[in-house]
Amino acid sequence: MAGKVITVTSGKGGVGKSTTTANLAMGLAMLGAQVICIDGDVGLRNLDVILGLENRIVYDITHVIDGRCKLRQALVRDKRFAELHLLPAAQTRDKSAVSPEAMVWIAQQAAEQADYVLIDCPAGIEQGFWYSVTPADMLIVVTNPELPAVRDADRVIGLLENNGHKDTRLIINRVRSGARAREQLDRVTIVETLAVPLLGVIPEDDGVTASSNRGEPVVLDPRSAAGQEFRVIAQRLHGEEHPVPPEPLPFWKRFFSRS
Amino acid sequence: MMRTKGILKGVQQGLLLRPLPEAWEVTLTALEETLREAQGFFEGGRVILEAAARELSEQDLRDLRTLLTAHGLELWVVLGEAEITQRAARRLNLLTRLPGEGGSGSVPVLPPAPAPALPETLFVRRTLRAGQVLQARGDLTLIGDVNPGGELVAGGSIVVWGRLQGVVHAGALGDESCVICALDLDPQQLRIASAISVPPQSRRRRVQPEVARLEQGRIIVEPWKEK
Repeated sequence: MAGKVITVTSGKGGVGKSTTTANLAMGLAMLGAQVICIDGDVGLRNLDVILGLENRIVYDITHVIDGRCKLRQALVRDKRFAELHLLPAAQTRDKSAVSPEAMVWIAQQAAEQADYVLIDCPAGIEQGFWYSVTPADMLIVVTNPELPAVRDADRVIGLLENNGHKDTRLIINRVRSGARAREQLDRVTIVETLAVPLLGVIPEDDGVTASSNRGEPVVLDPRSAAGQEFRVIAQRLHGEEHPVPPEPLPFWKRFFSRS
Repeated sequence: MMRTKGILKGVQQGLLLRPLPEAWEVTLTALEETLREAQGFFEGGRVILEAAARELSEQDLRDLRTLLTAHGLELWVVLGEAEITQRAARRLNLLTRLPGEGGSGSVPVLPPAPAPALPETLFVRRTLRAGQVLQARGDLTLIGDVNPGGELVAGGSIVVWGRLQGVVHAGALGDESCVICALDLDPQQLRIASAISVPPQSRRRRVQPEVARLEQGRIIVEPWKEK
């Protein structure tokens, strides 16, 4: 099996990377795919909490890198879906314990056993960012409809481009509707600026915080609006046809197009 | 900072070279030693020779230029009071005063020192994102948008066929006749030669092609059309 390695990144912290990773991983597992998610935030692990798996951890990623256990031994199996596994981050080490080469080595092993390997990238553009994005076949950039988050997303997409990454997608998270929508950047502006394909738009949903606290990703909740959208994005990733929200052309392309 | 024995000093516009009072060869020898010790630290830098009252021949300047070029530096300006020095400098096509001095009285901007490998002109088709920089010695054309935080720097003029929201610097080597054009000119900052302009926040804009040029030391923006 040669699974697809997908890294979820954002530049800015707090936009919902770990929540997105957890929900997409679980959403893909719900479709029957074998999924391994890797917490790339060594030193500040939290993907295990969001997935509700923290008290099952025995080994972590640094144990695998140091050769103290096999990848298979470090993987924590989800309590709801046998298809989903987590490789937790270390809490007692920092990001210098992981190198891009080590992450590529781990991601390759993981991809042999799974259809999808999802890496939750830490915030920032330092070491943790580079080792998380290096093994990726596809990048998902998560942003919020606000200027600082979009600016950081733009910077990150630029770094990925410079580094030769071709397949970068966008998720806009925490999008409000109704009267409160006007305080936010509109979707068209964001997609125009970032000029990468839009994978999905997640509505603002108070239930997300509560579900993270309970360790039950919203994707499990059939009544949650955010959960519904995560399920749809998982289906899109899995190759099922779902119309993506309409995508505007970048400003300049409206004037000039190669075709 | 590197020890330069006082002979080479970083100033706002470039590297200031102060000759030693002894024979010209002594200065060249000391400079060579400094450059060798610096191991490429000054590479790409522009040198301003402060000759003061000293009389330097064309051959003296030629020797200096050869030495600097060998270490990846450029002899840029020769500041001297002696007529013979000034004439020698002009014959070698060197500036004899710093651009931006006198005239408009605006604060001289530090034009980024052009690295030796910069392309003469640049024609690029892409989105320039936050943190990305494009530089050219001459004119620069971009087909695409410049997002906030992106930066264009050119010795010549800049044309953006798209939305320009970043920072642009035309005439970065001092040419005040350069212009900046864009289909939608909405920059964070415009710079032409040594002038800087920050568009007013409240500026009501209609999206239309515009051109920015320098007029009497100030940057003006007007619709981009034939006159």
